[in-house]
Parts: sequence; structure tokens; C-alpha cells
Amino acid sequence: MDAADEILRVEHLFKSFGATEVLRDISFSVHTGETKAFIGPSGTGKSTLLRCINQITVPDSGKVFLRGEEVTQAGQKINLYRQRIGMVFQNFNLFDHLTAVRNVEIALLKVKGLSPAQAREKALFELRRVGLDDKADLYPAQLSGGQAQRVSIARALAMDPEVMLFDEPTSALDPELTREVLEVIRTLAQQGMTMLIVTHEMRFALSVANEVLFMENGTIVERGSPNEIHDGTGFERTRRFIGQMEEFR
Amino acid sequence: MADVVSVLIDWLPYLLQGIVITLILTAASLGLGLLCGLPMALGQVYGRKTLRYLIGMYVWFFRGLPVLVLLFLFYFGVFPLLQIDTPPFFVAIVVLGLRGAAYQSQIFRGAIESIGEGQMTAARSLGMSQWQAIRHILLPQTMLIALPGWSNEYPNVLTDTAVCYAIGVLELLTRTTQIVSDTYITMPIYLACAGVYIFLNYAGMSCLHAVERKVMVPGFGQENV
Repeated sequence: MDAADEILRVEHLFKSFGATEVLRDISFSVHTGETKAFIGPSGTGKSTLLRCINQITVPDSGKVFLRGEEVTQAGQKINLYRQRIGMVFQNFNLFDHLTAVRNVEIALLKVKGLSPAQAREKALFELRRVGLDDKADLYPAQLSGGQAQRVSIARALAMDPEVMLFDEPTSALDPELTREVLEVIRTLAQQGMTMLIVTHEMRFALSVANEVLFMENGTIVERGSPNEIHDGTGFERTRRFIGQMEEFR
Repeated sequence: MADVVSVLIDWLPYLLQGIVITLILTAASLGLGLLCGLPMALGQVYGRKTLRYLIGMYVWFFRGLPVLVLLFLFYFGVFPLLQIDTPPFFVAIVVLGLRGAAYQSQIFRGAIESIGEGQMTAARSLGMSQWQAIRHILLPQTMLIALPGWSNEYPNVLTDTAVCYAIGVLELLTRTTQIVSDTYITMPIYLACAGVYIFLNYAGMSCLHAVERKVMVPGFGQENV
């Protein structure tokens, strides 16, 4: 892969909350169509890392580039970059006062300036993509957790992002609802969407990701393709962690 | 009894005008309170430290004094000092409006603060500016959450308008008292006046409850509490 394919580059990211160093010198780059999975114990900065990429959390130092343009210290332009970076949250964060279809179309109307007809058409298309066009007129409280998370994926997809960030998308879901959400994400990967996924679903991570990055104490400890992690040397800690996680299942 | 009825019929147009003025005072207090109270709440939550402090002082002042004291301060103090010649009716509207803003700002502030951080985060992650997120996501939710509490302001404000009697605003109570001193019939007339207040209260609350039912979003706010 050459530099022209590079969508996202993260350079030497540092972030502390008070005395706690959450991110310590994180660097990596992401190419078109790649899926990267971030795994590791809770509290090792995986979610903070995703939030630093679209500047929802402002890093202390380090740089983030989106197709070569610096996202860090973008000032007001940050709102333009965020449109190009979709984000899906652990707790869905659907807008509670809006129906599913309104959730998907509101940013199309207010941020992208689409006409009501265009926005509605696009929103219904995205809902169909996650299999929920029949739930368009339901409010978030009327949806199951899995459905709500799929709506939130549709909401992010509607902006036609160049890269998607998934922050533990199934951690708030019952096991039987986890599946439907993972299937949607897997389909996106097959369609060539570029994605960063923080997850505790080890088997999913290993089956869908091109590269798995194992984080501990704010640093990337080991990183490699699923095959390398399975067979290669130098992945003992990752394998031990995956083994521990699998034991609980 | 026949006396009372004929007196009331004779004075009915006069009383009706009083009812209209009472309703105007109520509406002005609620309306001005909403108009000023909502931005004040936003300022208190999202504003800089100085702004938050100033709004805090304002709220503290207008909630800390009895309405009657406020009316006297403005009627005999503030407006004459500014050399503005104002009818009592106008003074009453200003005082009730400013006071309403102080109370309502706290209703709205509580509502804004009860909304989870995730709503703002999600809005910003889609590329909305902070103002767009407030305007399209936070404000509508604030209104929905605040509506029941805001509706409860109606009876408070309605009954508070009677205090304007003290500076000679020709509202319902002032006119009732004039009829009493004119006819020497006391209790029946005051009872009729009380009946009108009760009715206005009931009618207004019914309307507000109808609005609440109309704008209700299924399941909204249930996971926030």
C-alpha cells in the first residue's frame, strides 16, 4: 500500500486526565478499505484514542491527519473533518426526541444542507442498509438495543464518511443482540468501508480485521494481522489476553 | 341573593376587562419569562464564568424579594429614577416578566443539565457546531423535559398578578375591591372573584396538559431519570 491510499495517520498522540496518562505516544496509519481492531484490557485508552481522532477529546500533543490534512488544531474547520469521520458509540447516543429516520436525516438537513426530500430518501436508504427501514417512525425508546445501535450506524453512514470509528459498539448489548450489530459491521467491512473498531469481541475482531492492535497502559504493545497473532512469534501477550477473554464465553 | 346577581350583571363588563388584564399580565410574565429565561439558562450552562456569575446574581435578586417589594421598587424607584413616566400596568408587566425569567431560567437549567453528555457528543461527532447541537438537539429536548415544570408556573404566575392591586393596576382583584366599596356587598363578591381565579386556573392547566400530551415523545426521558 502506498501513501496515496492513506486515509488516516496518527502521530505521537499523548493524552492525560489529571495525573493519569491515558495515551502514551500512539502512532499508526490507516489505508483505504482497512479494518483495524483495537483490543486490550479496560481503561487502557482505546476509547480515548478514538475520541482523540475526531477531536471529541482534545489530545495533549501529537497529530492526526485525514488524507494529509491536519485535523488537530483545525479550529472551526473541525466540523468539516468530523463530517468525514463517522462515529458509533457504546451507548448509541441516539437523539431521544427524534424518530429513527429523523435521527439519520437531521445532520443531512442541518449540516450538509440537503433538501427535506433528498435527506429523507438518503435516510431511508441508510436504514434499509442496516435492515431497519420498517422501524423508521419509531422513537429510540421503542427500539431494542441492537436496533438502536444499527440506527446509530445508519446515522453515521448517512454522512458518507471516509472512515468509521466504532467505540465498543456491542458492549451495552445482550449477547443475542450483539450478533445483529456485528453482522452489520462485518458487511461494511466486506463492502470496503475503512474502519477502526474498539471491541471486546475477540473472535469478531480476529475474523473481520486486517490488523489487530493490542493496547495496554496507553500504548500499543503488539500489533499484527490475525494470522500473525495466531501463529507468529512476539504475540504472546496478545494471545494470552485473547485466551483470557475467550474463557469467559 | 338577587341583589348580588344583579350587581354582578351590572358590573360584568367592568369585571371582564379586569379578567382580560389579569390574563395579559399572566401571559406577559410567562412569555417574557420564556423569552429571557431560556437564553439565561443556556448562558448559565454554556456561558463563561462572568456571564454565569451575572445570571446567578440576577436570579438571586429576583427570587430573593417578594413580588410586592419588587413592584414598589420598580414603581417608586427604578422607573421614576430613569425618568420614564409609566402606567402601573406597564410596570407590572416588566416586574412579573423579569421575575418570571428568574424562576423559569432555573427550570430550563435543570432540564438542560439532566440531558446526558452523549447527546452533545453525538451531535458534534456528526459535524454540528456547538450552536447547531444546542439549537437542534439540546433545546428541543430541554423544552420537552421542562414542559411539566414550566406548566406549573402558570398557577403561580396567575395568582401573583393579584399583587398588582397594590400599585393600582386595574386587574381582577382591584376591580373586585372597587365593586365591594361601591356596593358594600363583601363576601359574595369576593367569592365570585375567587371563582373566576379557580376557573382561569383550571382552564389554563387543561390547555397546558393538552399541549403536554400532544408533544409527548414515547419513552422520552425515562432512561435519563
